[in-house]
Amino acid sequence: MADQDLLETDQPLLIADRLSKSYGRIVACRDVSFALYPGEVLAIVGESGSGKSTLLQMLSGQLAASGGGVSYRMRDGVTRDLAALGEAERRLLFRTDWGFVHQDPAQGLRMAVSAGANVGERLMAVGWNHYGRIRESASDWLTRVEIDVARIDDAPRTYSGGMRQRLQIARNLVTGPRLVFMDEPTGGLDVSVQARLLDLLRNLVAELHLAVVIVTHDLAVARLLSHRVMVMKGGCVIETGLTDQVLDDPREPYTQLLVSSILPP
Amino acid sequence: MTAMIDIADASKTFTMHLQGGIELPVVRGVTFQVPPGECVVLSGPSGAGKSSILKMIFGNYRCDSGRIGIRHRGDVMDLATAEPRQVLNVRRSTIGYVSQFLRAVPRVATIDVVAEPLIAGGMTRADAQARAGELLHRLNIPERLWQLPPATFSGGEQQRVNIARGFISDLPILLLDEPTASLDAANRAVVVALVAEKKRSGVAMVAIVHDDEIRHLIADRIVDVTSFAAAA
Repeated sequence: MADQDLLETDQPLLIADRLSKSYGRIVACRDVSFALYPGEVLAIVGESGSGKSTLLQMLSGQLAASGGGVSYRMRDGVTRDLAALGEAERRLLFRTDWGFVHQDPAQGLRMAVSAGANVGERLMAVGWNHYGRIRESASDWLTRVEIDVARIDDAPRTYSGGMRQRLQIARNLVTGPRLVFMDEPTGGLDVSVQARLLDLLRNLVAELHLAVVIVTHDLAVARLLSHRVMVMKGGCVIETGLTDQVLDDPREPYTQLLVSSILPP
Repeated sequence: MTAMIDIADASKTFTMHLQGGIELPVVRGVTFQVPPGECVVLSGPSGAGKSSILKMIFGNYRCDSGRIGIRHRGDVMDLATAEPRQVLNVRRSTIGYVSQFLRAVPRVATIDVVAEPLIAGGMTRADAQARAGELLHRLNIPERLWQLPPATFSGGEQQRVNIARGFISDLPILLLDEPTASLDAANRAVVVALVAEKKRSGVAMVAIVHDDEIRHLIADRIVDVTSFAAAA
């Protein structure tokens, strides 16, 4: 774990500045601003329709904002406005320095090609061309996400839901990204499978010093993984702070309702 | 002023929006200081706000007013107004908290649960595990349990794992919430010895202890929380 590197002096990695999105008269997201630092995990929580997925899509450059902007500190140390990046630059960012873990692994994987190829593809996209080295790296990552290497040549459609999700994570992390977006990564899984995945994610995030923006409606996920949380309702951020502060001492009526709705274990 | 903890006029009220917005005053005018090497025990009946004060010092509960001054890396930081990142940094290198219950992470072995704060601070896994083993030994957790996750342990065993995890780091401030509550006499004595060692190395501590005997053994000073009662 490299958490001790979270120094007070370092620079933000991702900055959202008054991000807004409206569809005609409907405001999906209003004036969201925050700064995310290297190694920091930010959870965005709220019910469906709160605007959290819209926000995630704007942050990750998949949806154009109606107002405001997102800037990112590139690997060369220069902070750039995402909207001003060329298409090629943006694609490269997505393939190297960023990851995106979808709720449904089928969206983030190619279901008909082998697990090894799913992981190797990201490496080939950044110029790796030595078959042996790609396969070695793929096996290494399968092991790290607790998938039996004997399954490397099987396609993910033969995998269980939990394995698929772990494969999607391996595919995302193989290029050593600094920032990973996650959209309800444990959403479709059985409870026992969820616990294992959360534990795995928690370790990988700390070990690799990843910055993460994770959208979840599950406060237990937010508590286990995140340093900070933003609570959204009706497109607005209504409360934000340290995760244990917001969950143990919620101030806003809606946050109190969310917290009080958790069933005791 | 060389206090490690310097709390001035801090107050806390809960507003219960789901109960028609009733205001639940917890404490006000909380003012006390803790110098290095001293253990302050908070006293008062249940519900007087002892745990709330501990949580305010840890940055877990927010303050409505006043300041929570913490000496952190040579400077004084006010946790009542600090940014989340700053609070995390203070927790990483200055304040440790031993809660009543272990928030167990599934699947993680006991030895690693205890060693984790040291590894997070940059120590190698082998060294951290060696220190964790020493502490677990002292707290009478048999070695055959070390590789198991603590979730299946008895209440007393879990609390001892929690204490080991809390005492393992060399943080200059330690907050103790009922550290001896479900321990037998032998293990209570171990905790008393651990607190004495922390004092000798200059650690400032704030503790909640209901057991009178333990309180006499560890307290350098007692702060009566009823004097901060917020109810009019």
